Amino acid sequence: MSFINYASREINCKIVYYGPGLCGKTTNLQFIYNKTAEEAKGKMISLATETERTLFFDFLPLALGEIRGFKTRFHLYTVPGQVFYDASRKLILKGVDGVVFVADSQEERFDANIESLENLKDNLEEQGFDLEKLPFVIQYNKRDLPNVSSVEELSNLLNPRKVPELEGCAMTGEGVFETLKAVAKLVLNNLKKGG
Amino acid sequence: MLGPQSSLVMYDEEYQRILQLLEKLLREANSKVIFLVDKNGQLIAATGETENLDTTSLASLTAGNIAATGGLAKLIGEKEFSILFHEGEKDNIHISIIGGRVILVVIFDQRSSLGLVRLRVKKASNELAVVFEDLVNKTEQEASSSSASSPFAEITDDDIDNLFN
Ligand SMILES: Nc1nc2c(ncn2[C@@H]2O[C@H](COP(=O)(O)OP(=O)(O)OP(=O)(O)O)[C@@H](O)[C@H]2O)c(=O)[nH]1
Ligand SMILES: [Mg+2]
Repeated sequence: MSFINYASREINCKIVYYGPGLCGKTTNLQFIYNKTAEEAKGKMISLATETERTLFFDFLPLALGEIRGFKTRFHLYTVPGQVFYDASRKLILKGVDGVVFVADSQEERFDANIESLENLKDNLEEQGFDLEKLPFVIQYNKRDLPNVSSVEELSNLLNPRKVPELEGCAMTGEGVFETLKAVAKLVLNNLKKGG
Repeated sequence: MLGPQSSLVMYDEEYQRILQLLEKLLREANSKVIFLVDKNGQLIAATGETENLDTTSLASLTAGNIAATGGLAKLIGEKEFSILFHEGEKDNIHISIIGGRVILVVIFDQRSSLGLVRLRVKKASNELAVVFEDLVNKTEQEASSSSASSPFAEITDDDIDNLFN
């Protein structure tokens, strides 16, 4: 849920990166953090285990610039992808304005992607959201690996509604900003309708 | 009270009223820093010694903290824990929920005490709740009266593209 502040002329939106464990959500945020100018970003917070798995969330505040005299700020969050952290995932989805689903393109993660997407729908429903009505984009990550499913196959399975979809390699940054831009666009267009 | 999916909107008038209440609380509770956060982690207002403080991070972690303890509360059959208190060696944090949706955070050291902070927070909470009620009413009125006057009604794809250049 966006926060429009007429007093400071700011608009804040919350974007959540969702997806199965190890699909590259945190890596997406790290790349964005590393490539964003100092003045446009805040501290990145990662609440992670000792083995670098997300435990609660990653948080990265970005200030993208102005639209019609309003500073636009995006708060990016990742959820912990491991199945047993479901209670935490639900909490992070509260007040979300847009969702990026990061799919792991590797063949052996095919089922994990489906399971995570179903979990996303369920958890959104619990909060009274409908994924169909929410700004939503999909990133097919890890395209650099040899054992990946074809984009067509992934798309048929994960993207029947044909929301914006992008290929990515979060490790090198390929597709990362394109993904962010795609979801930001949908979120801002949603505001237009008074959402 | 606002539904879970309506945007929070802040206007100049209410912002000034909120700031005044926070400044009063800051003095009366002898505290160092006070801030207000939306339950989703957006900073609403801050006052006190905030210069060397990363208030954006604080806001996000506070909301995460409230969300996590709220989850714990539900598991044991409580609605929520409306007050949290963290005691440090020098500084302490008192966190409370106002009107179900907004989080009030008071940071204080040995110049104050938990008892005093509690007392003052209670009073300030009632006053702040009134402002947020007004804010909700105003937002609803504005939304129904003039949908076209939203500053975002006319944003174009170009405006959005420009953000990323
Ligand atoms: N080859 C390759 N590896 C990647 C890519 N993106 C991420 N990785 C690696 O995958 C591993 C997991 O990445 P993370 O970003 O931590 O995954 P996550 O989705 O945040 O995982 P959880 O926090 O457990 O949900 C790391 O070792 C990354 O370096 C990619 O595009 N290609
Ligand atoms: Mg992670």
